[in-house]
Amino acid sequence: MIDRIASGFHPFVLPFMFGMVFVLGYCVYGIIKILCQLPAEDRRRFFISLVTPKTFVKNIWDIFANCLLHVKLWKRNKLLGYMHSSIAFGWFMIILLGHLEVIFFIPDRIHLFYYPIFFNFFVAENEATVGGAVMFFLMDFFLLVILSGIALAIIKRVRSRLFGMRRTTRPSFLDTIGLYSLWAIFPLRLLAESLTADISGGSFLTLSHNWLFRQILIDHTDLMLPTWWAYSIALGVFMTVLPFTRYMHIPAEMMLIPMRNAGLCIRNARRGFARVEVFSCPNCGVCIDACPMSVRKANIKDATVYLNRQIRRNNEKRIEEISDKCLLCGKCTVVCQVGVEGNVMRVAQRATRKYAINQDFACVDVAPMKEKVAGEGNVLYFAGCMTHLTPSIKKATLSVLDKAGVRYKLMDPDGGVCCGRPMLLAGRFDQATELFKRNVEIIKASGCDTLLLSCPICYKMFRDHYGKVLGGVSGAASGSGAGASGAAVPVLDGIRIVHHSEYFAELVAAGRLRPQMTPDTRYVFHDPCELGRGEGIYEQPREVIRSVGTLVEAAKNLQESICCGGSLGSLSLGFDKREPITRNSLANLCVENPDTIVTACPLCQSTFGRYSSVPVKDLSQVLDESLA
Amino acid sequence: MDFGFGFSPSSAADLDKIDLSLYHRMEKVAPDIRTCMGCGSCSATCTGAPFSGMSLRKVILAIQRGKEREAREMLSGCMLCGKCTMVCPRGINTRNLIISLCRYWDSDKREYDFSREVEVKI
Ligand code: SF4
Ligand code: SF4
Ligand code: SF4
Ligand code: SF4
Repeated sequence: MIDRIASGFHPFVLPFMFGMVFVLGYCVYGIIKILCQLPAEDRRRFFISLVTPKTFVKNIWDIFANCLLHVKLWKRNKLLGYMHSSIAFGWFMIILLGHLEVIFFIPDRIHLFYYPIFFNFFVAENEATVGGAVMFFLMDFFLLVILSGIALAIIKRVRSRLFGMRRTTRPSFLDTIGLYSLWAIFPLRLLAESLTADISGGSFLTLSHNWLFRQILIDHTDLMLPTWWAYSIALGVFMTVLPFTRYMHIPAEMMLIPMRNAGLCIRNARRGFARVEVFSCPNCGVCIDACPMSVRKANIKDATVYLNRQIRRNNEKRIEEISDKCLLCGKCTVVCQVGVEGNVMRVAQRATRKYAINQDFACVDVAPMKEKVAGEGNVLYFAGCMTHLTPSIKKATLSVLDKAGVRYKLMDPDGGVCCGRPMLLAGRFDQATELFKRNVEIIKASGCDTLLLSCPICYKMFRDHYGKVLGGVSGAASGSGAGASGAAVPVLDGIRIVHHSEYFAELVAAGRLRPQMTPDTRYVFHDPCELGRGEGIYEQPREVIRSVGTLVEAAKNLQESICCGGSLGSLSLGFDKREPITRNSLANLCVENPDTIVTACPLCQSTFGRYSSVPVKDLSQVLDESLA
Repeated sequence: MDFGFGFSPSSAADLDKIDLSLYHRMEKVAPDIRTCMGCGSCSATCTGAPFSGMSLRKVILAIQRGKEREAREMLSGCMLCGKCTMVCPRGINTRNLIISLCRYWDSDKREYDFSREVEVKI
């Protein structure tokens, strides 16, 4: 083993060095900036979690599994998983092995940044030694792995359908530069190492190429230096543009994972945690196909990946459009392997807006309603706004309750106060809090122990938010130890909040309801966004359906169910724009030719009902019909 | 002399004298107010109506009549529940209309507050 260059330096390393120093400097600056943007309490929690052994181990493992091996992507799509992990893990291994080589063979050079990267140029080692043979073999092996990943990446650019993706993102100009330089890095490395392989050693890949070059080139050493230059320049360009491209996701995700493990969440639309999420998006484009809006070509640019891009560009007009259009169905959040919360991010954007007229509910006097609900019965049924618009659901629900002999009372027989969820989704937290405070008063006055809801929108609101005052609004109680959020004030303690699908499943299981089973009728269940992805209730409604007929499944169901298009989450989508979404969702439900579409949300039912040729019923109606 | 009754000011709007500036401004930020046919379906289903007298039909009418204060008061009682959107026979995205009115009532400039720190959980 010999140091080929006595000084240990050659000017071709400069482009690489420039890029490296630049990107490291940028990352340090970025980390400090993000940390400063975090609220003091979050910052403290983040630091504590970094040194807590349990989260420390979890951080390391999560970073390894997600950033290098891309485990979540593998589960979703093997080919995409292989493509990403081969490049990420292969590159990591090459860097690691490069360092080991230097430590092994020439430890006095370890202080030189570029030595592990350009080892084969600076050091002549012989593959005849055991150490050399093993090291060079591993280096060649991982280089081959990366090259296969790059080959797949090139194919994906041309033919994304082969990867099960109908649409992929269009890279911006700088992304393209980053992309091409990334693609160039590894073939150039192969070339450079192959040309030097007869001088400084190689293995199966580089030596064979070297042999090839020697056959076809008169003097292959002429090309040696230019290829090392090219390799270094490609690295330099890639690292210099990195902070301004999608490749920023590499360092950002390493920050996002420990922050998430520390229990941080979005508190500001543009700073701190939200910013890290935005930068962690590698523009994989999985959220485009997932988004129900993307059935309209015009809405492709409203997918979460483009929200991230526009936030990075501070394009206020587009950010606002994209945030307002979204149905908040949450599917992009479920499919995103990085964990970008597209729906939460959008609500955070909505919350930054200032209004000339702020709703004020001082006039909402609930005293008469409190009087009405006080009395016998421990189940309180809240129909909610949407069920009032679909009275057949309310009727069916009450009929089922009667048939089961449940003693109940109505919270809003003549109309009630909105649960506040539409207000919350519009980003108006203070107003939503005002609304739910009034509902809490009524619920408490009723003395009930179970609150029954037939609308998943209300259900999610009551279950997730009525347990605590919305953060910040009543922040005085922060640190009281109630719940992970810190700002939690229990207000609906001891009252069970239950959706009718859960409740009915229990009644059927307990034998209090004995539905007539008709196996010839085929039902398909549509998972409403708020009930399924929102609250994780998938099984109970299916149990109820199985007790009345045959259950078939939609093409995409459970977590991947497609929003009906009627969601209150979207502020700006008009009826005409929603129609194709609804039709697409219906087509998805009807792949097995069901006799009836069953849902468990009044809004889904009325939305589907508008265009469906198959009858659409609420779970309560289907159950009620089957009860003698 | 007290007859036990008096004249109350006429509630009829004089279409020649009303101030249309508000209407023209709102027309720009919420063009759908032109589409409304005043059927009142929205008001009939309104969740906020029993508490605050909110009626979108009346809000639009008040804007057309230049009655700024009345419209403003009604708007501040809307719960954004979305029932009116579901029933409007003209297919107006009424929630968006209400949000736009509330946002741009004073000026059509977009105003933001980026400094607020509040836990966003949905
Ligand atoms: S938001 Fe998630 S799914 Fe969408 S492009 Fe970014 S990483 Fe991919
Ligand atoms: S929440 Fe749903 S509608 Fe909104 S961007 Fe994500 S997938 Fe699309
Ligand atoms: S959104 Fe507002 S105006 Fe429309 S029905 Fe609900 S409370 Fe009434
Ligand atoms: S329902 Fe529609 S058309 Fe009828 S008054 Fe209301 S906004 Fe106007």
